[in-house]
Amino acid sequence: MSPRGRFIVRRLLLAIPVILVMSVFVFLMIHLVPGDPVQTMLGFRATPRNVATVREQLGLDRPLLAQYITWASGLLHGNFGQDFISHAPVSTLLAQRLPVTIELTVLSMTLAVLVGVPLGVRAAARPGAVRHLSEGLVIAGIAIADFWLGIMLVLLFAGIWQVLPPSGYVPLLKDPIQNLRYLALPVVALAFGETAYILRTTRGAMDEVLDTQYISFLRAKGIAERRIVYRHALRNAAAPIVTVIGIQFGVLLGGAIVIESLFALPGVGRLIVTSIQQRNYVVVQGGVLVVAALFILVTLLTDVLVGWLDPRIEEGAAA
Amino acid sequence: MSDAILTLEHVDVGFATDDGTVSAVSDVSLSVASGEIFGLVGESGCGKTTLAMATMGLLPASATVSGSVRFQGRELVGLAPEDLRRLRGDRISMVFQDPMTSLDPAFSIGEQIAETITAHRNVQRGQARDRALALLADVGIPEPERRYGDAPHRLSGGMRQRVVIATALANEPALMLADEPTTALDVTIQSQILDLLRDLRQRLRTTIVLITHDLGVIAQLCDRVGVMYAGQLVEIATVAEIFRAPRHPYTQALLAALPTQHQEPGSLRVIPGRVPNLIDPPPGCRFASRCPYVMDECTIVPPLAHESADHLIACWLSEATRAAAHPAGAATGGAA
Amino acid sequence: MSVAIPNVPARTSRRQGILASRKGRVGFAILVALIAIAVFAPLIAPHDPNAIDASRILAGPDLAHPFGSDALGRDVLSRVIYAYRVSLGVAVGSTLLAFLFGVPLGMYAGYHGGWVDTLIMRPIDMVLALPALLLAVALIAIIGPGSDVALLAIAVIYLPILARVVRSSTLVVASQTYVEAARARGTPSRRIITRHVLPNAIGPAIVQATILMGFALQIEAALSFLGLGAQPPTSSLGVMLADGRDFLTQAPWIEIFPGVAIAITVLAFNFFGDGLRARLDPRGVTR
Repeated sequence: MSPRGRFIVRRLLLAIPVILVMSVFVFLMIHLVPGDPVQTMLGFRATPRNVATVREQLGLDRPLLAQYITWASGLLHGNFGQDFISHAPVSTLLAQRLPVTIELTVLSMTLAVLVGVPLGVRAAARPGAVRHLSEGLVIAGIAIADFWLGIMLVLLFAGIWQVLPPSGYVPLLKDPIQNLRYLALPVVALAFGETAYILRTTRGAMDEVLDTQYISFLRAKGIAERRIVYRHALRNAAAPIVTVIGIQFGVLLGGAIVIESLFALPGVGRLIVTSIQQRNYVVVQGGVLVVAALFILVTLLTDVLVGWLDPRIEEGAAA
Repeated sequence: MSDAILTLEHVDVGFATDDGTVSAVSDVSLSVASGEIFGLVGESGCGKTTLAMATMGLLPASATVSGSVRFQGRELVGLAPEDLRRLRGDRISMVFQDPMTSLDPAFSIGEQIAETITAHRNVQRGQARDRALALLADVGIPEPERRYGDAPHRLSGGMRQRVVIATALANEPALMLADEPTTALDVTIQSQILDLLRDLRQRLRTTIVLITHDLGVIAQLCDRVGVMYAGQLVEIATVAEIFRAPRHPYTQALLAALPTQHQEPGSLRVIPGRVPNLIDPPPGCRFASRCPYVMDECTIVPPLAHESADHLIACWLSEATRAAAHPAGAATGGAA
Repeated sequence: MSVAIPNVPARTSRRQGILASRKGRVGFAILVALIAIAVFAPLIAPHDPNAIDASRILAGPDLAHPFGSDALGRDVLSRVIYAYRVSLGVAVGSTLLAFLFGVPLGMYAGYHGGWVDTLIMRPIDMVLALPALLLAVALIAIIGPGSDVALLAIAVIYLPILARVVRSSTLVVASQTYVEAARARGTPSRRIITRHVLPNAIGPAIVQATILMGFALQIEAALSFLGLGAQPPTSSLGVMLADGRDFLTQAPWIEIFPGVAIAITVLAFNFFGDGLRARLDPRGVTR
């Protein structure tokens, strides 16, 4: 197998223990709740009989390992358990909520990449005004918390200028225009810090590449500067940039928990928060599991992409 | 020299740093004849690479170049960046020291040669490819067809330097600047690359400026040589002349420091003292602080002057230098 | 055949000391002021943060109340100062806790290598494979909300980051000649770690921890904003932001100032961390 193939396979294999450990952690969540989780879930008005019924429903009276096996094999069949408040299957809840979270995070990341990468490239290639501007943007992106930016955006665009709705959601397939109007502020709030981070990463990676001898040699060959920057340097800086984009997707998924709550977007993040407040542990478990799995999937895709992009992997230099 | 392809006159290069301006090249004048291999020798940091980069217009923004660099009669200092770019890789090309890092790891070697051609010639991709294949064969890469699509890392250091040289020759430049082209290579590979350069010069009549710290390389390949010390050019002569009768004390020290066959092991000779700091260097000859013959005049920069038709020297020990500095009173100048 | 002559002396500009860099100086000055505000909150706050004033409900800023008043007529400036105290406490406490456990773990793993390294770092890498905020939220889901739980959750997020940083700087230091010499002399590894490795390998972790401390304020605010952090009657900046949301257009000052306080703190820690980096982590100066 080529070094590149080996790299990709090794990354795929590494994901298996991560998924296993994560599932054990999520499984144990409900058992780690101090006191009696069922009592806590049902509140203090619950009768002992109610408690016993729910406990049996959840299988909490059986040995831990048996519980895990039942639970995990259920997951493999798409069975995430049952919401004991609405009595709906958790998988149905998640299936409704997941598209919202995916749309929010993917749009945010797309915006961050579309702004951050070109600005970062330009800041590295042509020091001067663009570099100063990018420095300011990076500082602002570090300092401003995403959800507070969200609040300020609501104040401006929904409160003062009243051009966009402050919160709420319309499904994409129902009305794409309205959908985007509802998502505009959350996406900008979530993307802002990310843009700064991607800008900084791109600028750093480009600075490093532009400092290499092969770039000097390209200049000595009389290749046009534009081509050197966009075709040669960016191609070589792509691997670290893509790696960071993959890692930062996790930050976006975390940020989505707060942003969804702030803008009343019916995504998985908001589902998790409301379920925590209702002590609805089965739903929390499902939500955490889905978001974590989504991130592991993105990490895997990133690794495959980096394996394909990074010329050093062929040389066996990068492990 | 009438058939000079490259003429430098009073070239100064300074680098702005946080601590002041580094005078990397100071008042260098020289001229390279068409078709010759001119060696530029000196320790690392003496300004020889800076001089080459200045000629190519490749110095960073922190550098300021003054004086005159004329290539085929055309002034390069102050030339528009786009005009310089058109010259680079076409009429003047350059080979760098380390072949391991000279090639873009993300593109095949063939593409990188063909790119040099399409950057300067209005040709079809297929034509550029054919020309690149011919060049690969020219520099001694076996099976060019099979190698064309290889990424640089699949080639050894010596093979990569051949690719770099092929790239530099792609558009049949009039002048090639080779900066330590063999330093990073094994000894056996070094001599192969030197043979290649000699062979290419004979076949293509390319003028080569060879930059090196290695007098052995100069002896093997060059026609004439210029010796640089701490940014100043101290002596120019034919290679035979330099080895037979070096005139400048620095050149003498450099030759004396060469290990000889009869030398006792471990008795490597070094020149005592240190290179002066190039930020606000002392006035005059920069070798003065290490020179065994130092005298009062050395605080004034000695002009480079013809001692004979093909031997120039910048040292107050030389009558020629004294005559050039004081055209009228040369005869009355006292001995050292 | 090369000539043995010393190279041109490269006169390096040494910008030693945190206060030599302008960023570091600015960060340090702001941090001193911010910490003073948090410590001396009762002396600095112009009003009782909990004093309800029916005549000043959602009243705008004026001289006596420069940050305005909230929905109960309470002075926002005083409330920000007291909330800041809680938020900064969580931020500092969580980072110190992570530092206290993460640094020894990373150092031990990096110094000993082999299976010790695997045993320590594998679980740590697992934690890094999850979105950080999700992990914090999941922990709070288990234990229940509260500012102490938020502190713990942030520490759990930070521990792997600091352990990783220390491990890699330890790997570098452990391969140095002086450490190998100490090992060859038969110096006990405990002594080598405390005498040689710790002082030389801890720099990057201090820098990282400083910067993380600033971001902890953002995480604390986010958790409290979701109702998962500090619980009333304790107020933190996040709780203030959550409380003021319903009055955003009538009284934006309730929302603006806590956010500004967070932003300034994050920047101050960042600048100060950059200043520290120049001194403690020479390799990391270029970012």
